[in-house]
Amino acid sequence: MWDQTPQSPIGNSPSVAASTVAVRVLLFGVYRELAGRPELQIELPSGSSLAELVTELRALPGLERLPERPAVARNLKYASLSEILDPADEVALIPPVAGG
Amino acid sequence: MSEPTIVAEITTEPLDGGQLSARLCTLEDGAVVVFEGRVRDSNAGRRVARLRYEAYAEMAERVLAEIASEAAERYAVGAVGAAHRTGSLELGEASVIVAVVAPHREAAYEASRYVIEAIKQRLPIWKEEHYADGTSAWLGEQPAEGKAP
Repeated sequence: MWDQTPQSPIGNSPSVAASTVAVRVLLFGVYRELAGRPELQIELPSGSSLAELVTELRALPGLERLPERPAVARNLKYASLSEILDPADEVALIPPVAGG
Repeated sequence: MSEPTIVAEITTEPLDGGQLSARLCTLEDGAVVVFEGRVRDSNAGRRVARLRYEAYAEMAERVLAEIASEAAERYAVGAVGAAHRTGSLELGEASVIVAVVAPHREAAYEASRYVIEAIKQRLPIWKEEHYADGTSAWLGEQPAEGKAP
């Protein structure tokens, strides 16, 4: 991280900012109803996996009933829970699909 | 035969299978198969009043195009078109259409079947049934590893 953010008044090590990833989480169907909203913003330690994101989400009110291993998409593609999150990822929780 | 044409759409507008197949057909195509999935008035013994479909539209359009392309790679077809509707649907309205045009019927039937089965397995779209008694429920297979939400 090269950006010495001037607005940091404490002059903290930039690694503080670099040590987390902020991801946007989209919720659909029954999962959206459990959460009571269509979208969340979650910050996790860098290097966190999708599985760790799910654990974090299941600690939120309403989302305790989320399955331990739901289907997920990362940046518009189905993803494995072992994948590591990148900053600015868009993650979607995919309830059992019912098209047709 | 030239490269197959692919059409994939997620839309809130009413669907018309005849119009889609007419758009895809050329004089090389001796076979046209149109599948239309429609809203039924009952499911699992309950009276259905209407359906509501919700989609992850941006992803669903990509996945639908992928599915149509896979069908076009596997079977000797001229074009594969598929569209899924979202929002509120009344009984008898089409929720999904698949149109395949091909020189011969075997490939057209097989590609059509491939597309609708893949849609059921992986298109990120969700169906909420509204029943005649005023209640509603989200449908879908439970995930293999997960607990029922």
